[in-house]
Amino acid sequence: MKSRLVRNLPPCIAEAPPQHIPRVFTPLLFAAVDPWILACSSFTVLGTIVMGFWAAGRSRTASDFFVAGRGVSVGWNASAISGEYLSAASFMGVAGMVMSSGYDALWYPVCYACGYLFLLLFIAGPLRRFGAYTIPDFAEGRYDSPLFRRIAVVFVLFIGFFYTMPQMKGAGTTLAYIFQDITWFGRPGLPYPVGVVLVGAVITFNVALGGMKGITLVQAGQYWIKMFAIATPIFVLLSVYGGYGRQLQLNDSGASRAQIRSRETIRQALPAKAPTDATWLAPFGPLTTKAAKAAKLDAPTTRRYALLYTYSLIIALVCGTAGLPHILVRFYTNPDGVAAKRTTMWVMVLIGVFYVFPPIFGALGRNWMPELYNGLSGVKGTDGIVLRLPVILRERYGMLGSVLSGITCAGAFAAFMSTFSGLLVSMTGALAHDVYGRILRPNASAADRMRMFKWCALFIGLVAISLGTLVENFEINFMVGQAFAIAAASYFPLLFMSVWWRGMTTSGAATGMLGGGLCAVAAISLTSYTTFVSTMAGKFADRPMPDWLAWMKAHSLEAFWAAHPLQRILCEQPALWAVPLAIALMVVVSKLTARTIPTDIRMKMLVLHAPEKLGLKQEYIREHEGGH
Amino acid sequence: MSRQLRLSIYCAAIFLVALLGLPLCNFLAPDFMAQRIGGFTLTWLLLGVLFFPLVWIIAAFFIRKSIDLENAEIREVTARQESPSLHR
Repeated sequence: MKSRLVRNLPPCIAEAPPQHIPRVFTPLLFAAVDPWILACSSFTVLGTIVMGFWAAGRSRTASDFFVAGRGVSVGWNASAISGEYLSAASFMGVAGMVMSSGYDALWYPVCYACGYLFLLLFIAGPLRRFGAYTIPDFAEGRYDSPLFRRIAVVFVLFIGFFYTMPQMKGAGTTLAYIFQDITWFGRPGLPYPVGVVLVGAVITFNVALGGMKGITLVQAGQYWIKMFAIATPIFVLLSVYGGYGRQLQLNDSGASRAQIRSRETIRQALPAKAPTDATWLAPFGPLTTKAAKAAKLDAPTTRRYALLYTYSLIIALVCGTAGLPHILVRFYTNPDGVAAKRTTMWVMVLIGVFYVFPPIFGALGRNWMPELYNGLSGVKGTDGIVLRLPVILRERYGMLGSVLSGITCAGAFAAFMSTFSGLLVSMTGALAHDVYGRILRPNASAADRMRMFKWCALFIGLVAISLGTLVENFEINFMVGQAFAIAAASYFPLLFMSVWWRGMTTSGAATGMLGGGLCAVAAISLTSYTTFVSTMAGKFADRPMPDWLAWMKAHSLEAFWAAHPLQRILCEQPALWAVPLAIALMVVVSKLTARTIPTDIRMKMLVLHAPEKLGLKQEYIREHEGGH
Repeated sequence: MSRQLRLSIYCAAIFLVALLGLPLCNFLAPDFMAQRIGGFTLTWLLLGVLFFPLVWIIAAFFIRKSIDLENAEIREVTARQESPSLHR
């Protein structure tokens, strides 16, 4: 009652007079927080930081940092790659999206895992033999062009920022959940932006101070934390509430909700905002038909458009996995190409097993925690299902619910901390090393560069945090899908064509990558802008909008999208046209500039494709060792 | 290189038929794909559970073949080197 009163006060009073703060703030902060959840989360955060600094202290050179001296066993390395790959999107986002959109969202986990097959078939082996640390390194080495390297760096930043936003959303959601019962300046619950700023600041300072470099041991540990944290609650929940198949069986359309029984528990009624059983369980549900539904198309056309959307999504995810900048680096930690292939095999097994679990959370969430549909994509929305669901065990088994919820919170921290740190390291490296060290001040001293690395880390962290505060109402998984689409339209064509086609020229590669990538960025920004404006405007439902928002609302393209559903689908999921566009540009421009094909192309192709045991392998890195 | 590429394309083709064929099955035969198997719908079971093992099988097959091809190439080259008359 009291909190409702406070909420209705005008902002100037609700923002708590000074003498009010200590009384509300200090005593309630810990009393209202579940000790198990807090303990598990703090343990993960502290453990990650301590392990990061411990491991960073033991690795001094650039080579140690990037490739761990190349002596890592297949098992460790596979765990480390998996640990780096499983971000907040995999841990929280997939479950949330399966809960909110049903079957269509299953494409995300499946393609996240299966995209690795493409990497294995076409890219992993040759790239490992070529021996460049990063995609910009590869771009420079394959085309002998420092200019091209700089162009490639731009996309490290583009993809990186698109990828950090969902991690920040994960952080904000998790903190808002852990501290949901505290009173923050007279309002209940920790606000979303505060969580983003807190977690973002901790990770940024950690990276800037030199902890948490891409150390194999830390990342491998993170994988097993995540695996344990997602699997244990599922096993307990399924044994209490019935198996995976049973959960899906409960989605039998037409049946009266309150009478469906699973053991002794009655399934709660679905809120009005939830998709119906039939659309949730069947393909071509809310996710893929949104644009067509908004345009009020007839059913057969809607289905055709949904099929198109599905294909574009699949292309984005599969090709995007094969072009993710922060994943490829780890292939060089393998001693040879055969080990690189074995590692990829194990990565597919490890992440494949992991990805079976999040959709189960989604199905369980729909049956046992449907109230989350009301906060559809905000902090109290479906993205929090992995964290919140174990709490339903409290009413039967008391503490067990808290412990399991604490475990999933720990897993969530492991997920967004490892991915955000990894991205921050690679983006900061790109900015400090390529932009500052090679473009702005090529003859800067080593100390200057170290200092610059720290400032760049702070700068990128700040930008990522600011972007993160804006995305409260976007689904985590959806945002990651967008980052994949950009990678699919820029890096994937570059890698794929450079590895297999000897006719590629520098201009062809650069035009294709820039053309495809920038078109994808532009298309995605258009639809994201509309979503952003409409959710912002939604917050002003009961009070007048500020002028800038009213202007944005008037120019938000909403009417255009409603009239042109096909364009909306193609802009929201651009991979279907952007990937072929990039490849076509590469072929056409390369043909036009055919006389600029590097003269040593035969040698380069041999390095990429000849078996290493023949001794042809040129360690590109060794030549450029001073480079880092 | 061309043998490796052929192997890669062969494996990718199997994978793509499964990956791109599933939405098409959903589109063309929705009722068949919606039949229940142990509570799952057929299409959910295929995509959410059985797709992962399929990919593992393709990957394991590729890795074995690919390593074999590489060893065969090494044997050929070393055989040529050991008999200099054949070596250009």
